[in-house]
Amino acid sequence: MSTRTAVALRVRVDPVACEAYGYCAELLPERVTLDEWGYPVVDRAPVGADLVELATRAAAECPRRAFLLEEAGRTS
Amino acid sequence: MTATAMHPTERLLHHGPGGPADPGLAGHLDRHGPLTVPARRDAAWSEALLAEVAASGLTGRGGGGFPAAAKWEAVGRSGRRPVVVVNAMEGEPASAKDRALLAWSPHLVLDGAELVAALAGARSVVVCVADDRDASAPAVRVAVAERTAAGSAREVTVRRPPARYVTGEESALVHWLERGDARPVLRVDKSVPLRLGRRPVLVHNAETLAQVALVARHGAAWFRGTGTVGAPGSTLVTVSGAVATPGVVEVALGTPVEELVRRCAPTGPPAAYLVGGYGGAWLSVDQGATPLEPAALARAGAALGVGIVVALGADSCGIAETARIARWMAGESAGQCGPCVYGLPALADDLELLAGGRADPGAIGRIDERARSVVGRGACRHPDGVARMVRSALAVFAGDAAAHAAGRPCPHRQAPSVLPFPAAPALAGVAS
Repeated sequence: MSTRTAVALRVRVDPVACEAYGYCAELLPERVTLDEWGYPVVDRAPVGADLVELATRAAAECPRRAFLLEEAGRTS
Repeated sequence: MTATAMHPTERLLHHGPGGPADPGLAGHLDRHGPLTVPARRDAAWSEALLAEVAASGLTGRGGGGFPAAAKWEAVGRSGRRPVVVVNAMEGEPASAKDRALLAWSPHLVLDGAELVAALAGARSVVVCVADDRDASAPAVRVAVAERTAAGSAREVTVRRPPARYVTGEESALVHWLERGDARPVLRVDKSVPLRLGRRPVLVHNAETLAQVALVARHGAAWFRGTGTVGAPGSTLVTVSGAVATPGVVEVALGTPVEELVRRCAPTGPPAAYLVGGYGGAWLSVDQGATPLEPAALARAGAALGVGIVVALGADSCGIAETARIARWMAGESAGQCGPCVYGLPALADDLELLAGGRADPGAIGRIDERARSVVGRGACRHPDGVARMVRSALAVFAGDAAAHAAGRPCPHRQAPSVLPFPAAPALAGVAS
Protein backbone atom coordinates (compact mmCIF):
# COMPACT_ATOMS: atom_id res chain seq x y z
CA MET A 1 0.00 0.00 0.00
CA SER A 2 1.51 3.33 -1.00
CA THR A 3 1.61 6.22 1.47
CA ARG A 4 -0.25 8.46 -0.98
CA THR A 5 -3.58 6.82 -0.36
CA ALA A 6 -3.24 7.47 3.39
CA VAL A 7 -3.41 11.26 2.94
CA ALA A 8 -6.94 12.58 3.26
CA LEU A 9 -7.86 15.35 0.83
CA ARG A 10 -10.32 18.20 1.02
CA VAL A 11 -11.47 20.79 -1.48
CA ARG A 12 -11.16 24.55 -1.06
CA VAL A 13 -12.09 27.55 -3.16
CA ASP A 14 -9.81 30.55 -3.47
CA PRO A 15 -12.58 33.17 -3.30
CA VAL A 16 -10.34 35.94 -4.67
CA ALA A 17 -9.52 33.98 -7.81
CA CYS A 18 -12.98 32.44 -8.30
CA GLU A 19 -15.14 34.02 -11.01
CA ALA A 20 -18.11 31.67 -10.77
CA TYR A 21 -17.47 29.58 -13.90
CA GLY A 22 -19.15 26.74 -12.01
CA TYR A 23 -17.23 23.85 -13.57
CA CYS A 24 -16.39 22.52 -10.11
CA ALA A 25 -20.05 22.02 -9.26
CA GLU A 26 -20.63 20.17 -12.51
CA LEU A 27 -17.63 17.92 -12.07
CA LEU A 28 -17.90 17.31 -8.34
CA PRO A 29 -21.51 17.80 -7.22
CA GLU A 30 -20.75 15.47 -4.30
CA ARG A 31 -18.76 18.30 -2.67
CA VAL A 32 -19.82 21.50 -4.46
CA THR A 33 -23.10 23.35 -4.86
CA LEU A 34 -23.55 26.84 -6.28
CA ASP A 35 -25.10 29.77 -4.43
CA GLU A 36 -27.73 32.01 -6.01
CA TRP A 37 -25.00 34.05 -7.71
CA GLY A 38 -23.19 31.02 -9.09
CA TYR A 39 -20.33 30.95 -6.59
CA PRO A 40 -19.33 27.57 -5.17
CA VAL A 41 -20.22 26.42 -1.66
CA VAL A 42 -17.94 23.53 -0.79
CA ASP A 43 -18.33 20.66 1.61
CA ARG A 44 -15.04 20.28 3.46
CA ALA A 45 -15.63 16.62 4.26
CA PRO A 46 -12.64 14.47 3.24
CA VAL A 47 -12.59 13.48 -0.39
CA GLY A 48 -12.64 9.69 -0.42
CA ALA A 49 -10.72 7.51 -2.83
CA ASP A 50 -13.85 7.20 -4.98
CA LEU A 51 -13.87 10.96 -5.63
CA VAL A 52 -10.17 11.77 -5.89
CA GLU A 53 -10.08 11.48 -9.66
CA LEU A 54 -13.10 13.76 -10.15
CA ALA A 55 -11.79 16.27 -7.60
CA THR A 56 -8.40 16.34 -9.31
CA ARG A 57 -10.10 16.95 -12.63
CA ALA A 58 -12.25 19.74 -11.16
CA ALA A 59 -9.12 21.45 -9.87
CA ALA A 60 -7.37 21.08 -13.21
CA GLU A 61 -10.32 22.34 -15.27
CA CYS A 62 -11.04 25.50 -13.25
CA PRO A 63 -10.26 28.36 -15.67
CA ARG A 64 -9.20 30.53 -12.73
CA ARG A 65 -7.24 27.81 -10.91
CA ALA A 66 -9.45 28.71 -7.95
CA PHE A 67 -10.55 25.20 -7.08
CA LEU A 68 -7.98 23.63 -4.82
CA LEU A 69 -7.40 20.14 -3.56
CA GLU A 70 -5.42 20.13 -0.33
CA GLU A 71 -4.31 17.76 2.37
CA ALA A 72 -6.73 17.58 5.27
CA GLY A 73 -5.43 18.65 8.66
CA ARG A 74 -4.21 22.08 7.59
CA THR A 75 -5.81 24.89 9.52
CA SER A 76 -8.67 26.71 7.93
CA MET B 1 4.71 49.90 41.08
CA THR B 2 1.98 47.91 42.79
CA ALA B 3 -1.48 47.14 41.57
CA THR B 4 -2.98 49.74 43.86
CA ALA B 5 -0.75 52.56 42.67
CA MET B 6 -3.02 53.21 39.71
CA HIS B 7 -6.74 53.18 39.42
CA PRO B 8 -7.34 49.95 37.51
CA THR B 9 -9.27 51.72 34.82
CA GLU B 10 -6.60 54.36 34.23
CA ARG B 11 -3.74 52.20 33.15
CA LEU B 12 -3.52 53.42 29.57
CA LEU B 13 -5.22 56.78 29.63
CA HIS B 14 -4.93 59.18 32.53
CA HIS B 15 -7.59 61.74 33.13
CA GLY B 16 -6.05 64.66 34.97
CA PRO B 17 -7.91 67.78 36.04
CA GLY B 18 -7.44 69.30 32.58
CA GLY B 19 -8.46 66.12 30.78
CA PRO B 20 -6.12 63.74 29.02
CA ALA B 21 -3.13 65.07 27.14
CA ASP B 22 0.15 63.72 25.78
CA PRO B 23 2.69 64.38 28.56
CA GLY B 24 5.70 64.12 26.22
CA LEU B 25 8.53 61.63 26.69
CA ALA B 26 9.72 63.02 30.04
CA GLY B 27 6.17 63.12 31.41
CA HIS B 28 5.52 59.64 30.06
CA LEU B 29 8.58 58.19 31.83
CA ASP B 30 7.63 60.07 34.96
CA ARG B 31 4.13 58.60 34.86
CA HIS B 32 4.93 55.02 33.88
CA GLY B 33 8.51 54.63 35.03
CA PRO B 34 11.63 53.90 33.01
CA LEU B 35 11.81 51.09 30.51
CA THR B 36 14.88 49.06 29.66
CA VAL B 37 15.08 47.77 26.12
CA PRO B 38 18.33 45.99 25.25
CA ALA B 39 20.14 47.58 22.28
CA ARG B 40 21.17 44.26 20.82
CA ARG B 41 19.64 40.84 20.90
CA ASP B 42 19.49 39.41 24.41
CA ALA B 43 18.09 35.89 24.52
CA ALA B 44 17.54 35.78 28.28
CA TRP B 45 15.74 39.13 28.29
CA SER B 46 13.57 38.09 25.34
CA GLU B 47 12.65 34.81 26.95
CA ALA B 48 11.72 36.54 30.20
CA LEU B 49 9.50 39.09 28.44
CA LEU B 50 7.87 36.39 26.33
CA ALA B 51 7.12 34.38 29.46
CA GLU B 52 5.73 37.43 31.27
CA VAL B 53 3.41 38.42 28.42
CA ALA B 54 2.28 34.80 27.98
CA ALA B 55 1.57 34.59 31.74
CA SER B 56 -0.35 37.87 31.65
CA GLY B 57 -2.93 36.36 29.30
CA LEU B 58 -2.88 39.49 27.14
CA THR B 59 -4.86 39.03 23.95
CA GLY B 60 -4.83 41.21 20.85
CA ARG B 61 -7.01 44.30 21.17
CA GLY B 62 -7.53 44.76 17.45
CA GLY B 63 -10.50 42.46 17.09
CA GLY B 64 -9.00 39.02 16.61
CA GLY B 65 -8.33 38.39 20.30
CA PHE B 66 -5.34 36.17 19.51
CA PRO B 67 -2.85 35.69 22.42
CA ALA B 68 -0.15 38.32 21.84
CA ALA B 69 2.78 36.08 22.75
CA ALA B 70 1.69 33.30 20.35
CA LYS B 71 2.34 35.55 17.34
CA TRP B 72 5.96 36.01 18.42
CA GLU B 73 6.57 32.30 18.66
CA ALA B 74 5.37 31.77 15.07
CA VAL B 75 7.67 34.52 13.78
CA GLY B 76 10.56 33.31 15.95
CA ARG B 77 10.46 29.95 14.19
CA SER B 78 11.02 31.55 10.77
CA GLY B 79 14.64 32.49 11.52
CA ARG B 80 14.71 35.88 9.75
CA ARG B 81 14.66 39.37 11.19
CA PRO B 82 11.00 40.41 11.23
CA VAL B 83 9.39 43.80 10.73
CA VAL B 84 7.05 45.07 13.45
CA VAL B 85 3.89 46.75 12.15
CA VAL B 86 1.79 48.87 14.49
CA ASN B 87 -1.80 48.65 13.31
CA ALA B 88 -3.49 51.93 14.23
CA MET B 89 -5.79 51.89 11.18
CA GLU B 90 -8.93 51.76 13.28
CA GLY B 91 -11.27 51.37 10.33
CA GLU B 92 -14.27 50.78 12.59
CA PRO B 93 -16.24 54.03 12.32
CA ALA B 94 -17.50 53.71 15.91
CA SER B 95 -14.02 53.27 17.37
CA ALA B 96 -11.78 56.10 18.55
CA LYS B 97 -9.56 54.24 21.01
CA ASP B 98 -6.41 54.00 18.90
CA ARG B 99 -6.71 57.68 18.00
CA ALA B 100 -7.07 58.46 21.71
CA LEU B 101 -4.01 56.38 22.55
CA LEU B 102 -1.86 58.03 19.89
CA ALA B 103 -3.04 61.46 21.00
CA TRP B 104 -2.64 60.93 24.73
CA SER B 105 -0.13 58.10 25.21
CA PRO B 106 1.88 57.72 21.99
CA HIS B 107 4.98 56.72 23.95
CA LEU B 108 3.22 53.77 25.53
CA VAL B 109 2.43 52.43 22.04
CA LEU B 110 5.99 53.07 20.85
CA ASP B 111 7.39 51.44 24.01
CA GLY B 112 5.42 48.32 23.16
CA ALA B 113 6.62 48.40 19.56
CA GLU B 114 10.25 48.74 20.69
CA LEU B 115 9.84 45.89 23.15
CA VAL B 116 8.38 43.57 20.54
CA ALA B 117 11.04 44.65 18.02
CA ALA B 118 13.83 43.92 20.52
CA LEU B 119 12.27 40.62 21.50
CA ALA B 120 11.84 39.46 17.91
CA GLY B 121 15.13 40.89 16.64
CA ALA B 122 13.43 43.44 14.38
CA ARG B 123 15.37 46.56 13.36
CA SER B 124 12.46 48.46 11.95
CA VAL B 125 8.99 49.41 13.10
CA VAL B 126 6.27 50.67 10.77
CA VAL B 127 3.37 52.59 12.30
CA CYS B 128 0.29 52.51 10.07
CA VAL B 129 -2.11 55.42 10.52
CA ALA B 130 -4.97 55.86 8.03
CA ASP B 131 -4.58 58.68 5.53
CA ASP B 132 -7.56 60.57 6.96
CA ARG B 133 -6.15 60.77 10.50
CA ASP B 134 -4.60 64.19 10.32
CA ALA B 135 -3.91 64.46 14.04
CA SER B 136 -2.56 60.98 14.80
CA ALA B 137 0.28 60.86 12.28
CA PRO B 138 1.95 64.12 13.44
CA ALA B 139 1.54 63.02 17.08
CA VAL B 140 3.43 59.81 16.31
CA ARG B 141 6.13 61.66 14.36
CA VAL B 142 6.67 64.09 17.24
CA ALA B 143 6.93 61.19 19.70
CA VAL B 144 9.37 59.32 17.44
CA ALA B 145 11.55 62.44 17.12
CA GLU B 146 11.61 62.81 20.91
CA ARG B 147 12.75 59.21 21.30
CA THR B 148 15.42 59.52 18.61
CA ALA B 149 16.74 62.65 20.33
CA ALA B 150 16.82 60.67 23.59
CA GLY B 151 19.01 58.00 22.00
CA SER B 152 16.65 55.37 20.60
CA ALA B 153 18.30 53.70 17.62
CA ARG B 154 15.25 51.83 16.37
CA GLU B 155 14.08 52.90 12.92
CA VAL B 156 10.41 53.89 13.23
CA THR B 157 8.52 55.08 10.16
CA VAL B 158 4.94 56.25 9.80
CA ARG B 159 2.96 55.07 6.78
CA ARG B 160 -0.48 56.30 5.69
CA PRO B 161 -2.57 53.52 4.13
CA PRO B 162 -5.98 54.39 2.65
CA ALA B 163 -8.77 54.84 5.18
CA ARG B 164 -11.01 51.91 4.36
CA TYR B 165 -12.68 49.42 6.67
CA VAL B 166 -10.79 46.40 5.33
CA THR B 167 -7.38 48.08 5.17
CA GLY B 168 -6.87 47.33 8.87
CA GLU B 169 -7.25 43.59 8.27
CA GLU B 170 -3.67 42.47 8.71
CA SER B 171 -3.19 40.70 5.38
CA ALA B 172 -4.60 43.78 3.60
CA LEU B 173 -2.29 46.05 5.56
CA VAL B 174 0.80 44.02 4.72
CA HIS B 175 -0.38 43.71 1.10
CA TRP B 176 -0.55 47.51 0.91
CA LEU B 177 2.89 47.94 2.48
CA GLU B 178 4.29 45.42 -0.01
CA ARG B 179 2.47 46.38 -3.21
CA GLY B 180 0.26 49.38 -2.58
CA ASP B 181 -2.84 47.18 -2.81
CA ALA B 182 -4.94 47.42 0.36
CA ARG B 183 -7.03 44.31 -0.29
CA PRO B 184 -6.95 41.19 1.91
CA VAL B 185 -5.09 38.12 0.74
CA LEU B 186 -6.32 34.54 1.13
CA ARG B 187 -4.35 32.86 3.91
CA VAL B 188 -4.82 29.14 3.90
CA ASP B 189 -2.68 28.56 6.99
CA LYS B 190 -2.78 31.41 9.49
CA SER B 191 0.07 29.98 11.54
CA VAL B 192 2.37 30.98 8.66
CA PRO B 193 3.41 34.61 9.25
CA LEU B 194 2.71 37.32 6.70
CA ARG B 195 5.78 38.61 4.88
CA LEU B 196 7.21 41.86 3.63
CA GLY B 197 9.68 40.80 0.99
CA ARG B 198 11.39 37.87 2.70
CA ARG B 199 10.89 39.18 6.22
CA PRO B 200 8.11 37.86 8.44
CA VAL B 201 5.82 40.54 9.78
CA LEU B 202 4.46 40.97 13.28
CA VAL B 203 1.28 43.04 13.13
CA HIS B 204 -0.06 44.30 16.44
CA ASN B 205 -2.88 46.66 17.26
CA ALA B 206 -1.73 49.90 18.90
CA GLU B 207 -3.54 49.16 22.16
CA THR B 208 -2.05 45.67 22.37
CA LEU B 209 1.43 47.20 22.23
CA ALA B 210 0.55 49.76 24.91
CA GLN B 211 -0.54 46.84 27.11
CA VAL B 212 2.76 45.04 26.39
CA ALA B 213 4.58 48.17 27.61
CA LEU B 214 2.66 47.96 30.89
CA VAL B 215 3.25 44.22 31.34
CA ALA B 216 6.99 44.73 30.73
CA ARG B 217 7.08 47.34 33.50
CA HIS B 218 4.71 45.90 36.06
CA GLY B 219 4.53 42.17 35.34
CA ALA B 220 1.89 39.57 34.64
CA ALA B 221 0.51 39.47 38.20
CA TRP B 222 -0.11 43.22 38.12
CA PHE B 223 -1.79 42.92 34.72
CA ARG B 224 -4.09 40.23 36.11
CA GLY B 225 -4.99 42.50 39.03
CA THR B 226 -8.01 43.66 37.05
CA GLY B 227 -10.36 41.97 34.60
CA THR B 228 -11.44 38.35 35.00
CA VAL B 229 -9.49 35.11 35.32
CA GLY B 230 -10.36 34.13 31.76
CA ALA B 231 -10.02 37.64 30.36
CA PRO B 232 -7.46 39.53 32.43
CA GLY B 233 -6.57 43.20 32.21
CA SER B 234 -8.21 46.39 31.16
CA THR B 235 -9.35 47.44 27.72
CA LEU B 236 -10.31 50.60 25.90
CA VAL B 237 -13.92 50.89 24.77
CA THR B 238 -15.46 53.59 22.63
CA VAL B 239 -19.00 54.32 23.80
CA SER B 240 -21.37 56.28 21.58
CA GLY B 241 -24.98 56.45 20.42
CA ALA B 242 -27.76 57.63 22.73
CA VAL B 243 -25.41 58.93 25.43
CA ALA B 244 -24.68 62.49 26.55
CA THR B 245 -20.93 62.01 26.97
CA PRO B 246 -19.65 59.68 24.24
CA GLY B 247 -15.98 58.84 24.30
CA VAL B 248 -13.21 56.38 25.01
CA VAL B 249 -13.30 54.75 28.43
CA GLU B 250 -10.89 52.27 29.97
CA VAL B 251 -12.56 49.46 31.88
CA ALA B 252 -11.74 46.09 33.38
CA LEU B 253 -12.56 43.26 31.01
CA GLY B 254 -15.77 41.72 32.30
CA THR B 255 -17.49 45.04 32.99
CA PRO B 256 -21.20 44.68 32.12
CA VAL B 257 -22.17 46.32 28.84
CA GLU B 258 -24.95 48.36 30.47
CA GLU B 259 -22.50 49.64 33.10
CA LEU B 260 -20.31 51.08 30.34
CA VAL B 261 -23.27 52.92 28.90
CA ARG B 262 -24.33 54.18 32.34
CA ARG B 263 -20.90 55.79 32.75
CA CYS B 264 -21.49 57.79 29.59
CA ALA B 265 -24.82 59.28 30.67
CA PRO B 266 -27.50 57.65 28.50
CA THR B 267 -30.02 60.14 27.16
CA GLY B 268 -32.86 57.71 27.93
CA PRO B 269 -33.41 54.02 28.66
CA PRO B 270 -31.42 52.14 26.00
CA ALA B 271 -33.41 49.87 23.65
CA ALA B 272 -30.42 47.77 22.56
CA TYR B 273 -26.62 47.79 22.36
CA LEU B 274 -24.33 47.29 19.39
CA VAL B 275 -21.18 45.60 20.69
CA GLY B 276 -17.91 45.02 18.84
CA GLY B 277 -18.50 47.35 15.92
CA TYR B 278 -20.17 47.04 12.53
CA GLY B 279 -19.05 43.42 12.30
CA GLY B 280 -20.08 42.78 15.91
CA ALA B 281 -23.55 42.03 17.20
CA TRP B 282 -26.64 43.60 18.73
CA LEU B 283 -27.52 42.76 22.31
CA SER B 284 -31.04 43.28 23.64
CA VAL B 285 -31.58 45.47 26.67
CA ASP B 286 -32.23 42.23 28.60
CA GLN B 287 -28.70 41.13 27.71
CA GLY B 288 -27.24 44.37 29.07
CA ALA B 289 -25.65 42.63 32.05
CA THR B 290 -23.45 40.57 29.71
CA PRO B 291 -19.83 41.03 30.81
CA LEU B 292 -17.62 42.62 28.19
CA GLU B 293 -15.24 39.71 27.73
CA PRO B 294 -14.87 37.18 24.91
CA ALA B 295 -16.43 34.04 26.44
CA ALA B 296 -19.57 35.70 27.82
CA LEU B 297 -20.07 37.70 24.64
CA ALA B 298 -19.70 34.54 22.55
CA ARG B 299 -22.41 32.87 24.66
CA ALA B 300 -24.64 35.86 23.89
CA GLY B 301 -23.96 35.47 20.17
CA ALA B 302 -21.67 38.50 20.14
CA ALA B 303 -17.92 39.10 20.11
CA LEU B 304 -15.60 41.56 21.78
CA GLY B 305 -14.20 42.65 18.43
CA VAL B 306 -12.70 46.06 18.77
CA GLY B 307 -13.94 47.59 22.03
CA ILE B 308 -17.11 49.34 20.88
CA VAL B 309 -20.49 49.82 22.51
CA VAL B 310 -23.19 51.87 20.78
CA ALA B 311 -26.38 52.51 22.76
CA LEU B 312 -29.55 52.53 20.71
CA GLY B 313 -32.30 54.76 22.10
CA ALA B 314 -36.01 53.97 22.10
CA ASP B 315 -36.57 56.56 19.35
CA SER B 316 -34.39 54.68 16.84
CA CYS B 317 -35.30 51.76 14.58
CA GLY B 318 -32.91 48.86 15.03
CA ILE B 319 -33.77 47.43 11.62
CA ALA B 320 -33.18 50.77 9.90
CA GLU B 321 -29.84 51.16 11.70
CA THR B 322 -28.91 47.60 10.73
CA ALA B 323 -29.80 48.37 7.11
CA ARG B 324 -27.53 51.43 7.20
CA ILE B 325 -24.64 49.41 8.61
CA ALA B 326 -25.14 46.62 6.07
CA ARG B 327 -25.21 49.13 3.20
CA TRP B 328 -22.08 50.88 4.42
CA MET B 329 -20.25 47.60 5.02
CA ALA B 330 -21.26 46.40 1.54
CA GLY B 331 -19.58 49.51 0.15
CA GLU B 332 -16.47 48.80 2.21
CA SER B 333 -15.98 45.34 0.69
CA ALA B 334 -12.66 45.05 -1.09
CA GLY B 335 -14.68 43.74 -4.03
CA GLN B 336 -12.72 40.56 -4.49
CA CYS B 337 -14.91 37.68 -3.37
CA GLY B 338 -18.31 36.87 -4.91
CA PRO B 339 -20.19 36.04 -1.68
CA CYS B 340 -19.19 39.47 -0.26
CA VAL B 341 -19.68 41.42 -3.52
CA TYR B 342 -23.19 40.05 -4.13
CA GLY B 343 -24.26 38.88 -0.68
CA LEU B 344 -23.79 42.08 1.31
CA PRO B 345 -25.71 44.41 -1.06
CA ALA B 346 -28.51 41.81 -1.23
CA LEU B 347 -28.71 41.84 2.59
CA ALA B 348 -28.78 45.65 2.61
CA ASP B 349 -31.52 45.73 -0.08
CA ASP B 350 -33.83 43.45 1.91
CA LEU B 351 -33.13 45.23 5.21
CA GLU B 352 -33.98 48.61 3.66
CA LEU B 353 -37.24 47.25 2.24
CA LEU B 354 -37.99 45.66 5.61
CA ALA B 355 -37.45 48.89 7.54
CA GLY B 356 -39.75 50.67 5.11
CA GLY B 357 -42.53 48.10 5.48
CA ARG B 358 -42.17 47.23 1.78
CA ALA B 359 -40.56 43.80 2.03
CA ASP B 360 -42.23 40.65 0.77
CA PRO B 361 -43.23 37.97 3.32
CA GLY B 362 -40.12 35.91 2.57
CA ALA B 363 -37.68 38.71 3.40
CA ILE B 364 -36.76 37.72 6.96
CA GLY B 365 -36.08 34.12 6.02
CA ARG B 366 -34.08 35.24 2.98
CA ILE B 367 -31.97 37.67 5.03
CA ASP B 368 -31.19 34.96 7.57
CA GLU B 369 -30.34 32.39 4.91
CA ARG B 370 -28.13 34.75 2.91
CA ALA B 371 -26.34 35.91 6.05
CA ARG B 372 -25.59 32.29 6.93
CA SER B 373 -24.45 31.52 3.40
CA VAL B 374 -21.67 34.13 3.18
CA VAL B 375 -19.90 33.04 6.37
CA GLY B 376 -16.41 31.68 5.83
CA ARG B 377 -16.52 32.26 2.07
CA GLY B 378 -14.37 35.37 1.75
CA ALA B 379 -10.60 35.80 1.84
CA CYS B 380 -11.11 37.79 5.04
CA ARG B 381 -13.81 37.88 7.70
CA HIS B 382 -15.59 40.99 6.43
CA PRO B 383 -18.72 39.09 5.29
CA ASP B 384 -18.68 36.98 8.48
CA GLY B 385 -18.87 40.09 10.64
CA VAL B 386 -21.75 41.59 8.65
CA ALA B 387 -23.58 38.26 8.78
CA ARG B 388 -23.26 38.08 12.56
CA MET B 389 -24.43 41.67 13.00
CA VAL B 390 -27.42 41.14 10.68
CA ARG B 391 -28.48 37.85 12.24
CA SER B 392 -28.23 39.35 15.74
CA ALA B 393 -30.52 42.16 14.57
CA LEU B 394 -33.15 39.64 13.42
CA ALA B 395 -33.04 38.08 16.91
CA VAL B 396 -32.88 41.27 19.01
CA PHE B 397 -35.39 43.22 16.90
CA ALA B 398 -37.53 40.17 16.07
CA GLY B 399 -40.78 41.89 17.02
CA ASP B 400 -40.00 44.97 14.94
CA ALA B 401 -38.86 42.83 12.02
CA ALA B 402 -42.11 40.85 12.07
CA ALA B 403 -44.20 44.02 12.21
CA HIS B 404 -42.26 45.59 9.33
CA ALA B 405 -42.56 42.36 7.33
CA ALA B 406 -46.33 42.54 7.85
CA GLY B 407 -46.30 45.92 6.13
CA ARG B 408 -46.03 48.20 9.13
CA PRO B 409 -43.01 50.44 8.55
CA CYS B 410 -41.11 51.69 11.55
CA PRO B 411 -42.27 55.11 12.73
CA HIS B 412 -38.63 55.81 13.63
CA ARG B 413 -37.11 54.69 10.33
CA GLN B 414 -36.50 58.29 9.25
CA ALA B 415 -34.96 59.21 12.61
CA PRO B 416 -31.37 60.35 12.22
CA SER B 417 -28.90 57.53 12.68
CA VAL B 418 -27.02 57.36 15.99
CA LEU B 419 -24.20 55.59 14.15
CA PRO B 420 -21.14 57.31 12.72
CA PHE B 421 -20.49 56.79 9.01
CA PRO B 422 -17.42 58.39 7.48
CA ALA B 423 -17.47 59.21 3.78
CA ALA B 424 -15.49 56.41 2.20
CA PRO B 425 -12.84 57.73 -0.19
CA ALA B 426 -12.25 55.77 -3.39
CA LEU B 427 -9.38 53.33 -3.31
CA ALA B 428 -7.24 53.29 -6.47
CA GLY B 429 -7.55 50.02 -8.33
CA VAL B 430 -10.40 48.73 -6.20
CA ALA B 431 -14.04 48.67 -7.21
CA SER B 432 -16.10 50.39 -4.56
